[in-house]
Amino acid sequence: MSAPARSPQVLDDKISGGIGASPQRPDGTLKVRGEFAYASDLWHENMVWGATLRSPHPHAGIRSIGIAKALAYPGVHAVLTHADVPGENAYGLKHQDTPVLAEDRVRYQGEPVALVAADHPEIARQALKLIEVDYEVWEPVTDMERAAHDETLPRLHENGNVVRHQRIVKGDPDARADVVVSGVYELGMQDQAFLGPEAGLAVPAEDGGVDLYLATQWLHVDQKQTAHALGLPVEKVRLTLSGVGGAFGGREDLSMQVHSCMLALHLGRPVKMSYNREESFFGHVHRHPARMYYEHGATKDGDLVYVKARMYFDGGAYASKTPVVVGNGTTLSVGPYNVPNAHIEGWGVYSNNPTCGAMRGLGAVQPTYAYESQMDKLATALGMDPAELRIRNAMSEGSTTVTGQVVDFPAPVAELVRRVRDMPLPPPNTDELGFPGGAANTTHGEGVVRGIGYGVTIKNIAYAEGLDDYSTARVRLQVIGGEPTALVHTAAAEVGQGLVTVQQQIARSELGVERITLHTSDTSVGDAGSSSASRQTYLTGGAVRNACLAVAERVYALAAERFGVEATNLSGGKVVAADGAVVADLAELLGEDVIEETREYHHRKTYPLDPETGQGNAHVQYGFSAHRAVVDVDTELGLVKVVQLDCAQDVGKAINPDAVLGQIHGGSAQGLGLAVMEEIQVTDGVVRNPSFTDYLIPTILDMPPMRVDILERPDPHAPYGVRGVGEPPTISATPAVANAIRAATGLELPRVPIKPEHLTGT
Amino acid sequence: MDAEITLRVDGADQPVTVDTRTTVLDALRERLGNTSPKKGCDHGQCGACTVLVDGRRVLSCLMLAVAADGAEVTTAAGLANGDLHPVQRAFIDHDGFQCGYCTPGQICSAVGVLEESDGELSRAEVAERMSGNLCRCGAYPGIVAAVEQAAGEQR
Repeated sequence: MSAPARSPQVLDDKISGGIGASPQRPDGTLKVRGEFAYASDLWHENMVWGATLRSPHPHAGIRSIGIAKALAYPGVHAVLTHADVPGENAYGLKHQDTPVLAEDRVRYQGEPVALVAADHPEIARQALKLIEVDYEVWEPVTDMERAAHDETLPRLHENGNVVRHQRIVKGDPDARADVVVSGVYELGMQDQAFLGPEAGLAVPAEDGGVDLYLATQWLHVDQKQTAHALGLPVEKVRLTLSGVGGAFGGREDLSMQVHSCMLALHLGRPVKMSYNREESFFGHVHRHPARMYYEHGATKDGDLVYVKARMYFDGGAYASKTPVVVGNGTTLSVGPYNVPNAHIEGWGVYSNNPTCGAMRGLGAVQPTYAYESQMDKLATALGMDPAELRIRNAMSEGSTTVTGQVVDFPAPVAELVRRVRDMPLPPPNTDELGFPGGAANTTHGEGVVRGIGYGVTIKNIAYAEGLDDYSTARVRLQVIGGEPTALVHTAAAEVGQGLVTVQQQIARSELGVERITLHTSDTSVGDAGSSSASRQTYLTGGAVRNACLAVAERVYALAAERFGVEATNLSGGKVVAADGAVVADLAELLGEDVIEETREYHHRKTYPLDPETGQGNAHVQYGFSAHRAVVDVDTELGLVKVVQLDCAQDVGKAINPDAVLGQIHGGSAQGLGLAVMEEIQVTDGVVRNPSFTDYLIPTILDMPPMRVDILERPDPHAPYGVRGVGEPPTISATPAVANAIRAATGLELPRVPIKPEHLTGT
Repeated sequence: MDAEITLRVDGADQPVTVDTRTTVLDALRERLGNTSPKKGCDHGQCGACTVLVDGRRVLSCLMLAVAADGAEVTTAAGLANGDLHPVQRAFIDHDGFQCGYCTPGQICSAVGVLEESDGELSRAEVAERMSGNLCRCGAYPGIVAAVEQAAGEQR
């Protein structure tokens, strides 16, 4: 069958600007007109609509599933259950523990149980109500700490309720200190809340395979898992990226991929699935809630002596990225500070709460909130300025991390803190609209107090603990219409971050060619890895560079053959020698020739952690950012207004400075959201607020003015010296805001998000 | 119950027979093939579906198509013929988006804001008036700057 209407689209290939410039996005014109086709916009002749029946119970046995009534409903074409899964009814990013459709039990509210395909989405949803599932409701496992230790609780999976336990021991775990502070910190469940819902269109193919057009973060891992569940060889399951309406980690696990393909293959006709907002809250994983016990010891002069921590991460019903959260959480547990002695333990557990997995700042958001709260508490105990305490203990190039890894690239942590500390402070508010409560006019300033707080983070960039992390790029150079043109083809997912722009910039700079066409991302080229872990400019950028360099080598060989001159550079459409002399015009040299090369980029090897001591070179690179928040708090009503949120971040090399700024703005907004408003509220395993009325995300009114200072200290091990950008600002914003509210109110506030009742004590 | 209505969408009359419960958003997206307005929540909470109805901004997921019979409906796709509307240009100039899903709604909303305002727009007022349009990518600083630029050009 043919490709769907409205996808793929041709992005702009007539923009100028190489590395270090901020050219216009090639998808910009389409996006401002609403003509960029997102997965939910796809349409195919003869298509039907799929819908998913989900469990209303967080924990229950399934005695039977009756589909006859639903199947008989007019307009319904198919009703499928676990019995119809053609391959293995199990998938998962790290552990294959997640059923495509539930068989004899459900482990969370919202778990998929059956599928319907019908002529209209409303008919499909009506038919879902006619499916008769006989549940035996069980008591849910809901407390993460009990799940880790209480052997009397029901075992939710074969191997028990602990997904991963990791211990890290450094130096003397019994070290003593002059000043000791401790605390127990909790973080609620945050949602990615991307605006474009999960959606995809599956089109059955004549070879018995299927073509799936969808929004995702990682085409190849979806392909592999989907093919396995469909019982098809991977080459018969072909994926093409459509427009992605935000991701932030929430699209790394499968949602409708297998379901839509099952229905399409069953019916032999195209099937579209598109979740609504409420279903989206159940259709993807969330950020792990955490409970963290911390103790910091320091000398009376303020030098850190030790950190002890026990941290629990609630992974919910299935493993997803829980093993990585425990790995990141423990290895980053003491923050960007020099800590000679440490004893850290982390547990990631199964429960009957919603499944948690990837979200921007994976596994670093939780400990950063805890250790930055501790740093402020320590500063108070020492009578020191909180910024000064951080600067005094800041790690730097050559520092040894808690896992014994020596940092062999710039780590300007102290400078980042100095830079945000030294930015001018905003004046007291005088604007009627500027107080907490805004246009609701709830105060004229009485009861309003101001506070300043800092947050600093360290985040590992790219994949860790021994994974071979790589991306692939294919670059084709040829003359089209008299103009040398390069076609860049990768499977990397543009999710809004601007990777399409960056790929064009790199190809322009490396090939000296203005016109760069982007092939739609699909699985007909090698794996690019995920648009996650702040890794795509590093890895896919590196792969595009490598492919361009290979193409350039062949151009030089051609020049040597024709002119007997050694060329070393491509610039401005010319082939150039080392002395700057133009050897040939690129278009003339190429003539009818087509030069195509495919290359991978692999980052430096990393290593697993020692299972007993947690020592090891687990990470390839770290990103660092520091925030300073200024808040006004109405102590009578419990309302918070973030007045200013400034950030300094080291990005190694800003390939696209405007896009870097966008990442810092956006990440900061999400970190602010976690600090004061964002939480999926779960009671006994049941989600209470699956809507944008009740799950609040920052609006334009909540977004404070930001001063942003971007440092560029190149990492000598990374292409162009780049350092991952996307995650750190999400992480350090949260504790900066929380610490500012504490500074304003004097309250302990051990949990985020901080809600009005925490501030008023009501 | 079905009703025969005519929507004038982006300058062209579009007669269509709809179930009377159909929203303007569904009529546009599913019946008339205009997917420029996005369905982010379908409950009037996110603003991604914002269009202009007779020049005023409207959450198209909360307006029934029969209520727009005979009205001029403008989506981000129809704001300008060929070239871009100054607000669209400003969103590109100031990087007022990333994933772009909220953008058609943001832009229609911004055009509505400029129409509503009779004079200077302070930053605070821009934010107040644009606060019904969520952007999860957090491109808000760029959106404020874009609306300010467009307001300046309008003056």
